[in-house]
Amino acid sequence: MKFLSKFYIGLIFLILYAPILVVILFSFNESGNLSHFSTFTLNWYIELFDDNDEALTALKNSLILAVSSSLIATTIGTLAALGISRAKNRYYRQTLESVANIPMMNPDIVTGVSMMLLFVGVGAAIGAKSSLGFWTMLIAHTTFNLPYVILQVLPKFRQMDRNLTEAALDLGCTPMQTFFRVELPSIMPGILSGLMMSFTLSLDDFVISHFVSSPDFKTLPLYIYTQTAHEVKFSMYALCSIMILAILLLLIAVNVAGSMGERRARKKAHKALKGGVR
Amino acid sequence: MNKNVLIRLNGISKSFDGETVLDHINLEIHNKEFITLLGPSGCGKTTTLRIIGGFETPDEGDVFFDGKRINDIPPYQRQVNTVFQRYALFPHLNVFDNIAFGLRIQKCSDAQIKEKVKEMLALVNLRGFERRKVNTLSGGQQQRVAIARALVNQPKVLLLDEPLAALDLKLRKDMQNELKNIQHQTGITFIYVTHDQEEALSMSDTVVVMAHGKIQQIGTPTDIYNEPINAFVADFIGESNIVDGVMLADYRVKLAGHTFDCVDGGFDTNEPVDVVIRPEDVDVVSKEKGMLCGLVTGVTFKGVHYEIIVDVEGFKWMIQTTDFVAEGETIGLSIDPDAFHIMKKSEFSGMFGDYSSFSDELDKLSDATEEIDEE
Amino acid sequence: MKKKSFFEHIATAPYVFWASIFIVGPLLVVLYFAFTDQEGKFTFENILSLSSYSHTFIMSLGFALIATVICLLIGYPLAYCMSRMSERTRNVLTVLLMLPMWISLLIRTYSLMALLDNGGLVSGLLTRLGFEKLTFIGTEGAVILGMIYDFLPYMVLPIFTSMNKLDVRYLEAAADLGCNNRKTLWRVILPLTMPGVISGITMVFVPSISTFYISQKLGGGVFDLLGDTIERQFQNAVTYHTGAAISLVMMILILISLAIMNKFSDSGEDIIV
Repeated sequence: MKFLSKFYIGLIFLILYAPILVVILFSFNESGNLSHFSTFTLNWYIELFDDNDEALTALKNSLILAVSSSLIATTIGTLAALGISRAKNRYYRQTLESVANIPMMNPDIVTGVSMMLLFVGVGAAIGAKSSLGFWTMLIAHTTFNLPYVILQVLPKFRQMDRNLTEAALDLGCTPMQTFFRVELPSIMPGILSGLMMSFTLSLDDFVISHFVSSPDFKTLPLYIYTQTAHEVKFSMYALCSIMILAILLLLIAVNVAGSMGERRARKKAHKALKGGVR
Repeated sequence: MNKNVLIRLNGISKSFDGETVLDHINLEIHNKEFITLLGPSGCGKTTTLRIIGGFETPDEGDVFFDGKRINDIPPYQRQVNTVFQRYALFPHLNVFDNIAFGLRIQKCSDAQIKEKVKEMLALVNLRGFERRKVNTLSGGQQQRVAIARALVNQPKVLLLDEPLAALDLKLRKDMQNELKNIQHQTGITFIYVTHDQEEALSMSDTVVVMAHGKIQQIGTPTDIYNEPINAFVADFIGESNIVDGVMLADYRVKLAGHTFDCVDGGFDTNEPVDVVIRPEDVDVVSKEKGMLCGLVTGVTFKGVHYEIIVDVEGFKWMIQTTDFVAEGETIGLSIDPDAFHIMKKSEFSGMFGDYSSFSDELDKLSDATEEIDEE
Repeated sequence: MKKKSFFEHIATAPYVFWASIFIVGPLLVVLYFAFTDQEGKFTFENILSLSSYSHTFIMSLGFALIATVICLLIGYPLAYCMSRMSERTRNVLTVLLMLPMWISLLIRTYSLMALLDNGGLVSGLLTRLGFEKLTFIGTEGAVILGMIYDFLPYMVLPIFTSMNKLDVRYLEAAADLGCNNRKTLWRVILPLTMPGVISGITMVFVPSISTFYISQKLGGGVFDLLGDTIERQFQNAVTYHTGAAISLVMMILILISLAIMNKFSDSGEDIIV
């Protein structure tokens, strides 16, 4: 039984990773042919950056967009979570929460086309020549990030011991001081994971961006999409491999940092315990 | 008005979702007093405390502090501090920073903060714990930090909401003594909320017994125990047999078909009353010498004494005796005149004081549900 | 007290502003476009014209359903097996499961295409083994496989999470009350992990029914799914109105499916209780 389940897990994960491994492998394949591997080469990587700086521009655009949209979404979302968790009126609370659910439940394509219609409509109304571009991308990304931030932060507000807030008030904090000195530190993990999540969602998004972007502001996924539209390009294999590697490194870094932080905290606690005995 | 009165509650009412929790409460709290609000869960004691702390506003009535109405003063501007039920220590701060919290808000100098925190840690016997994380502390230690954090602000009044409920029995006893000492040393008024009658009796200067959102009785611990005002108080404070009786005349009471001498008077002739007889005030004698006779239906060994249930013409009495009697024996009961405490009939008459369905386990079960309710 | 609720209204204000313009607003615009013609006159024409797309609707729904069911059949046992591993293994597997979710769907679909492409690795391998030349790209199977491959992690993760949250004491109690492993699975684990299953189904079904990249790449342009149809309508301003109508109907279709599923799971719980 144990063997069988190990075999099953192994098999599924192998299938899950096989295509990715193939892409990485063939990004080093000289022959430019998918059926067999001839000789090792870095030509595709060179070509990727040699051709033009389109790839680098797209990367830069992606990063700018991800950083700005996740910061805006985290600020608005955290405030919203604070308000929702405190709101006395049940209907107000429920309405705000279910509105936040809309972009999460809706297929990306519907979110994308509906925002596009809005932007194009407004653009036509104010007589702008082209209404799509960086700003519409920023608005769209912030919008689909918002619910995820609320989803991460709201439970932290709800789990927060109400006594902590009261204790702070009791010890002389005004509501504003209470928020910054007590509430904010205890919801910080939620805010950080909301920020992380928005950042990666924004970096990753293709479908919504596809509808609200213009050719002069391309993010990395949009660049890959146009490059792969008609033919197999081995330089795209190279780009995909680099991105996979980057994500892998990022994940490892986050995990190592997390476990190191944990270990350090444990060590500290241990020391403190010893100190107490003395 | 008494000059010594620090806090006065005047006709306070409060309801949540249409359910009345406090029903026109009047209470005076004196300076430097250790006062305990005692009652079962849902009696309104915690709400009373939260109104004094400023976490709830009363629907009706006024709260006076030092003669000034403070209904609309927010908690952070009140000269009271609270020790919360589950301590509510800030998890992101260490012991020192938790205690220093209030001082930092007041913008005290670092040197001052250091000195005061040190002083407080000494007071609660936690020297050397400054740098510890609060979640590495035991329940008792967290409790002390919570007390220090509140006291360091030198409040006029310290509010304590069931502060010992989460501790085990032995620790609870130690902390009771310690709290009493701290109160003596600091001279601060303590308002203490508990559902544990033993705790209330052993610590307080004044006990306020509450039930159904009303104050039933206010008095010293001995008054409350010896002179309960009604069947509820008599039953809630200690064990008691509460028997229907009739006051024949002053100092003459008739119960269980017999007439007894007693020391209470001032009732109408033939007025029906509730009579309280504490289990330790009944002597077991041979059936010939007894004023009452009964059949022993249950015997439980309690260490210091035996607890026996005696059936006297259908009413079951609880009696505590150091002499062993066997189940099934018929014994006589003898009661001194000063052991009868006569109470006027009340809404609680007939609800308490009969041990026919008595069981330790049931008692504990109801205690357990009580604790869950409190959460 | 009054002051406090003022503070809270200020806190929600930016969100309320943002959500009403950029979440609710676009939906109203879709509604407007779906029921107007190019001159802006009210019409049912767009909705009525959708009957010519009925084939697309049925095919998309079918593909998405098949992909979801297969994901569930593969994913549930996988989550179960994973949950029975040691904690260390579980942590590693969780990271391995999440890694593909972090890699762009474009890249993953593209890499699957590399594997299945005509003249790609798999067909090359099969030809060398003596099979006759097979084409994968452009078949129903390839599109469905693409959906499964892309969205399987989204099925497994919520189920796995709810299995990990499962209190061991329930399993011990079930064993104590005479359940063998299989009975425990059916009577205790399955009902208790139902929320995970529901969110897994949602997370696979919704993107499957609305995808256009998968069908473009792996379907070889042969299959016109809902996503493809919508995408095409929005390349030209003339067809915005039809596109909005299709989007609207798809949204309603998804809402109904989710509602049915929730109802189904609710009544399922009732039976167990």
